[in-house]
Amino acid sequence: MTSIGTGYDLSASTYSPDGRIFQVEYANKAVENSGTAIGIRVGDGVVLGVEKLVQSKLLVPGANRRIQAIDRHIGMATAGLLADGRYLANRARDESLSYRDTYRSPPTLSAVADRLSLYVQAYTLYSSVRPFGASSILGAVDKTGPALLVVEPSGVFYGYKGAAIGKGQQLAKTELEKLKFDELTAREAVIEAARIIHVVHEDAAKDKDFELEISWICSESNFRHVQVPSDLLKEAEEKARAALEEFAPE
Amino acid sequence: MQVDIQHLKKGEVNLGTSIMAVQFDGGVVIGADSRTTMGSYIANRVTDKLTHIHDRIYCCRSGSAADTQAIADIVHYYSQMYNQQYGERPSVHSVATLFQRMCYGNKDQLSAGIIVAGWDSEVGPSVYNIPLGGGLFRQPWAIGGSGSTYVYGYCDATYRDGWGRDETVNFVKNTLALAMSRDGSSGGVIRMCVITKDGVERLFVPGNELPKFWEGKEVIGNVSKAEVLPDPMAIEV
Repeated sequence: MTSIGTGYDLSASTYSPDGRIFQVEYANKAVENSGTAIGIRVGDGVVLGVEKLVQSKLLVPGANRRIQAIDRHIGMATAGLLADGRYLANRARDESLSYRDTYRSPPTLSAVADRLSLYVQAYTLYSSVRPFGASSILGAVDKTGPALLVVEPSGVFYGYKGAAIGKGQQLAKTELEKLKFDELTAREAVIEAARIIHVVHEDAAKDKDFELEISWICSESNFRHVQVPSDLLKEAEEKARAALEEFAPE
Repeated sequence: MQVDIQHLKKGEVNLGTSIMAVQFDGGVVIGADSRTTMGSYIANRVTDKLTHIHDRIYCCRSGSAADTQAIADIVHYYSQMYNQQYGERPSVHSVATLFQRMCYGNKDQLSAGIIVAGWDSEVGPSVYNIPLGGGLFRQPWAIGGSGSTYVYGYCDATYRDGWGRDETVNFVKNTLALAMSRDGSSGGVIRMCVITKDGVERLFVPGNELPKFWEGKEVIGNVSKAEVLPDPMAIEV
């Protein structure tokens, strides 16, 4: 970033001469400093996984969760500033509720992501605010089937079969690309999610402790967004650690 | 809180009506009479009470003509907005919900009884009844308006699950004809629509071709043929 120090990066309401908004790019940096979050969309459901870096050994296990419930059938994993992620989740809940109030039916994921992204985008327009330092992976099974979307700090959102944000996103994406999304079941995707999170942790932040958070929306969860059952999580973690022994990043 | 069914402003146009919607396997049949009244005066004898809301969703209107037209216009607008925003047609349930919200939220000001019916890709054909207080009820068949009160028994006794298109059309036609013959505020012609996945077909039954039922001969008795009756319309020479 050669333009640093030229003054064009002080406000979200000023473009640089080559048409960039540095405040938004810095927001993306905040996301890249965070523990990795991934999402996997398979034929019968969606799985969300988060590498939650534990700041202190004194923290209670399960504190500061980064996978949150938006609606009964919608989950959201965030990377970036934790508080921004929680604020966005709250907004997403409001939008989901507003859709329900109007149409008396569960919203599609794209309807919620569409409204959330408009909100995020508004924070890239004004000098008085700072863009959100968080990206969110939204997962749901709605009337259109399984859906996985990522809302970025700029306000754009994309649909994915496999999504990764945060510190280990590059490696996570290479690992995700190896998956056969059309053949996996949600249960198998949980195992893969645990493995990928362990792999990227080993690569990028192995000196830090982390907690694995995994949630899913599939037929086994009755198409509700819930944490995976503890026995499945345990199985996934064991398999992930076993896989780590064999894994050598190229 | 009491909703006053009878109260209409002086001179307000009333759809003292017979309306109906019935779902069948591949779609829905909706129907209505064509009478609009101001007191005892028939303001319009060929009214169209079957109102287009979206590609495959119609509503039948009863109550105040002004109120129901205004509500239908607004819901029509919302339905188009829904289509644009979400890139798909609204479901019948969603549209019925919009009607219900307006009818319930403004129940003290409105006199509107609406039946919403149509076809959508989520559940296929469906019929929703929104009576005066602003409730929302999904039903296999629904009747409404002042004329409906006379034919509940007929519908209960006649309706069967699993009918096809033609049987359903006949059921609607017969029910409306019976309602129109007993209800002073209903009459004129029968308008019907068949809404299926493939489109909307309009059907029309003129006033002189309405299905006929018992009209009194059995009670009065057959007049003997020998008796020469005076021609009631004869002109004295």
